Amino acid sequence: MLQDRLIAASICSFAKLFTGVRARWIGGLPDRQVRIYFANHRSHGDFVLIWASLPARLRSLTRPVAGADYWLQGGLRRFLINRVFRAVLIDRLGGRSADPIAKMGGALNAGESLILFPEGTRNLGDGLLPFKSGLYHLACGHPEIELVPVWIENLGRAMPKGSLIPLPLLCSLTFGRPLTIGPAESKADFLARARQSLLDLAPPAD
Amino acid sequence: MTPTDTLIALFSGVFAVLALASAIGGFLQWRLPAGRNSHAIDNLNARIKAWWWMIGALALAFWGGKLGVVALFAYISFQSLREFISVTHTRIADHRALLWCFFFFLPLQYWLITINWYGLFSILIPVYAFLLLPISAALGADTTRFLERAAKVQWGLMISVYCISHVPALLTLEIPGFAERNLQLIVFLVLTVQSSDVFQYVWGKLLGKRKLAPEISPSKTLEGLVGGVLTSTAVGAALWWITPFAAWQAAVIALIINMLGFFGGFVLSAIKRDRGLKDWGAMIEGHGGMLDRVDSISFSAPIFFHLVRYWWVP
Repeated sequence: MLQDRLIAASICSFAKLFTGVRARWIGGLPDRQVRIYFANHRSHGDFVLIWASLPARLRSLTRPVAGADYWLQGGLRRFLINRVFRAVLIDRLGGRSADPIAKMGGALNAGESLILFPEGTRNLGDGLLPFKSGLYHLACGHPEIELVPVWIENLGRAMPKGSLIPLPLLCSLTFGRPLTIGPAESKADFLARARQSLLDLAPPAD
Repeated sequence: MTPTDTLIALFSGVFAVLALASAIGGFLQWRLPAGRNSHAIDNLNARIKAWWWMIGALALAFWGGKLGVVALFAYISFQSLREFISVTHTRIADHRALLWCFFFFLPLQYWLITINWYGLFSILIPVYAFLLLPISAALGADTTRFLERAAKVQWGLMISVYCISHVPALLTLEIPGFAERNLQLIVFLVLTVQSSDVFQYVWGKLLGKRKLAPEISPSKTLEGLVGGVLTSTAVGAALWWITPFAAWQAAVIALIINMLGFFGGFVLSAIKRDRGLKDWGAMIEGHGGMLDRVDSISFSAPIFFHLVRYWWVP
């Protein structure tokens, strides 16, 4: 247990050192309440960076949501994702052994915050892919919980999909204003609003 | 004086000036009524503190000799390139070209200084990198904004690595009657150009009225430019005794590198505004990023190098 925590702390320190990451909280400061952080997804390091940028006392209460197909391959990945990051693992390949929404909801009910990538997969282009509906179903089940958009800048350029050597680019995180689902808000409306709130945090395109 | 004595005298002088500046900054802070804060004084003190670190790093590098100086400026280049590429958009197809920049061209450029291979040093980036990087990017088979992306990578490498590497390259010049004293050329360049930044800031704060180009740099004024460049040209002329130049030559060279230093900051400000930024980074408190500090050195160092090489190296 202590060993797992030491590994977690050293991974966080390394991630911070390597990326020089700076976190800006423009929609209020971090606090203990249960939240869903949702972010753009371009690199496997994305949730590590968000996790490392949270204050240490919140880190142990915040769990990333990750794809079981990737993270359960191989002993090291399995160890990291289960023991160090304590992720909520989701079966993305269509197996309905456990309802993913129920799994994530269980963590929320237990007082744990989640880190979620509603694009569902890593984006190789600019901007954002369309959001999957999981964020909506989760918000419906927990209408009181705040959803915080987090824009991750540059990590996808530093370690993009399929590249072995990372670039030493400076990364930044922008935590935006929290949103909650409106009463009777439709799925399409809510997902579009959430997606736009995340896009609003992106730096200007060329 | 022996070369070492000269350097000790120079650094003692600079540390004395910094101590005086710290004392003044501390006095201004102390004179403020309790509980009140002045943004200008905080900024001044942050800048003075950053100066201590920068001059300290330079002194440490000098103590390490040629390798120490090369290592310091290689690190400065690395950090500058990092800041530059971090805020200019490239695409995944540029990943490999950028890896070449950081992990091949940057170390090689500085290694060439340590082995005194001037011929390759002077063309490595303008010839080899400029041809090989677009090839690498083109192999990524993504034509979106291709010319623009190629230009960004090359320009970043030029400003951050090629130009800045001309500071330690001053150590490779063989000037008759100036043996073992080349570190003094670096002191002359850095003190003249960096003091120009300080004096432009001071004169601008004291007398600044006419804005030069508010759309590029809101804080630059005509009064600041003229006062700053003239004052630090006087500083350069007063340092003639540490150079191979006569006093009037030192003044002319100081004027040239100060003007170039000014326009270095000006051009990089234009790039920053284009990207919607105020600073390149947040590495040095009160100074923004590394590139905010070395933009003037970047533009003045190659010209200074070639002036000295053309007229003083037989």
